[in-house]
Amino acid sequence: MTKEERKVSIMTKALELFSKEGFYQTTMPSIAEKIGMSVGNLYNYFTSKEMLAKDLILYIANILGDEIRKINESPASTQEKIKAIVHMYFRIAQERPETIEYFLRVYLSNREVFQNCCAGMICVSAFVTELMIFFEEGVRAGDLRDQDFFSAFGLFMGYLGGMVFLNGEKILPKSLESYEHTIAENIYNALKSH
Amino acid sequence: MPSNPTKLKIIWLQGMTCNGNTHSFLNDPALGNLLESVELLHHPLLPCTLTLQQLVKKLPKSDILIFEGAYSASFERAGMVMESLLMTLALKAKHIIAMGSCASFGGIFKEHDPAHISGIVFDKENDSGPLRDMRKKVITLSGCPAHPKWLSFVIDMIRLNKPILVDEYRRPRELYGYLVHNGCLRNEYFEWKVDSDHFGTKEGCLFYAQGCQGPFTHGSCNKILWNEVSSKTRAGTPCVGCTEPTFPKRELFTTKTYMSIPSEMPLGIPKRSYLALAGAAKSFHIKRLEERLIDDHA
Repeated sequence: MTKEERKVSIMTKALELFSKEGFYQTTMPSIAEKIGMSVGNLYNYFTSKEMLAKDLILYIANILGDEIRKINESPASTQEKIKAIVHMYFRIAQERPETIEYFLRVYLSNREVFQNCCAGMICVSAFVTELMIFFEEGVRAGDLRDQDFFSAFGLFMGYLGGMVFLNGEKILPKSLESYEHTIAENIYNALKSH
Repeated sequence: MPSNPTKLKIIWLQGMTCNGNTHSFLNDPALGNLLESVELLHHPLLPCTLTLQQLVKKLPKSDILIFEGAYSASFERAGMVMESLLMTLALKAKHIIAMGSCASFGGIFKEHDPAHISGIVFDKENDSGPLRDMRKKVITLSGCPAHPKWLSFVIDMIRLNKPILVDEYRRPRELYGYLVHNGCLRNEYFEWKVDSDHFGTKEGCLFYAQGCQGPFTHGSCNKILWNEVSSKTRAGTPCVGCTEPTFPKRELFTTKTYMSIPSEMPLGIPKRSYLALAGAAKSFHIKRLEERLIDDHA
């Protein structure tokens, strides 16, 4: 196993721990124990818990960014792309819940941890850039209403994040995917040009 | 230089024009020297050999025909329609210079009657102007107006018999290989995405809100300064893209955006790369760049 592959396998395990236990409850020794390596060796891969946390958010932003990029580059209409993004986001939330959980419960909830190494949106740039492209192309095509980027971004991602959060709290009476259609429709109706 | 140089014979002919390029040329600080090395057969303002009437009657040969203003076939000078006048003088000229944006691409005057007014070789981006077949001897000096030193550079190159490398619109690469963005004093604000709220200040980038077209306009305005001291962007007003065939655009002082994202990217920069870098740069607040350069420290 190369050092890079080893790093990814550490990150995968750490991601599970962080998303379940939270940032402060998870320690470098607990991560090392879960992987079955010495704490000293773990520090060979990540110089601090903060650096590991930063690499994780970059990793997740890249996963989401790559997925949205595929959708952006597809020939689908803006409305279909909204559906595809909602579907992709909920699919990842189901298949790899730790990624979205980490995003919501670690990255967004512990801003002080990320303040120095992830100012602003630097660490989620891969993901945000693709959404910028999605919105820009939607407005350019005349499908979406021109407005401030963050008004639209908040509506779209806040909605999806909120639903995944409710799902995680087991508050939703139905499965997450059963909401996909209406949520995509609501987002489109809210953002479409008149 | 030739040991016994003969003076270049120059004709300056005007189509539909505001005289902007004529007046711009008068600002060349080396104009005196230049005029000693050429003979002006005709010029609308400067002392010259022939009046306009004599020019139209004689239709003489020239080394350089400078055409200022937009072309319209039916537009007349001294009773002769431009279709005949320009064509005849052009055929007898060794070199031709399209002086200014109207002569280059149609410019502002084209707006009056887009179907019938054009530049001499180009009509906007299309090479469908009346001198298209002579394009090889035409040099384009677009600009509204063109900088006087751009013209004196070309005249000097011709006088010294040196080759002039040109771009797709036959603009000299030496002058138009740069973007107006190159050399702009606001580049640091551009890098860190610090906007300028209004015109006339020393601080901030004019690209994000004020419509500055420096990042996609070819020209050496921030290298060869105007009046030897300044440029639009240095003075705090946006570049309006006057050297490009797309000039004049609408809403010159507003940056068109889609969902807060500029509709045009800096030339040759992929949107994805630009947005990733811009997003990162915007994440930082650089106190020095957010302060006034002089006033805050007074």
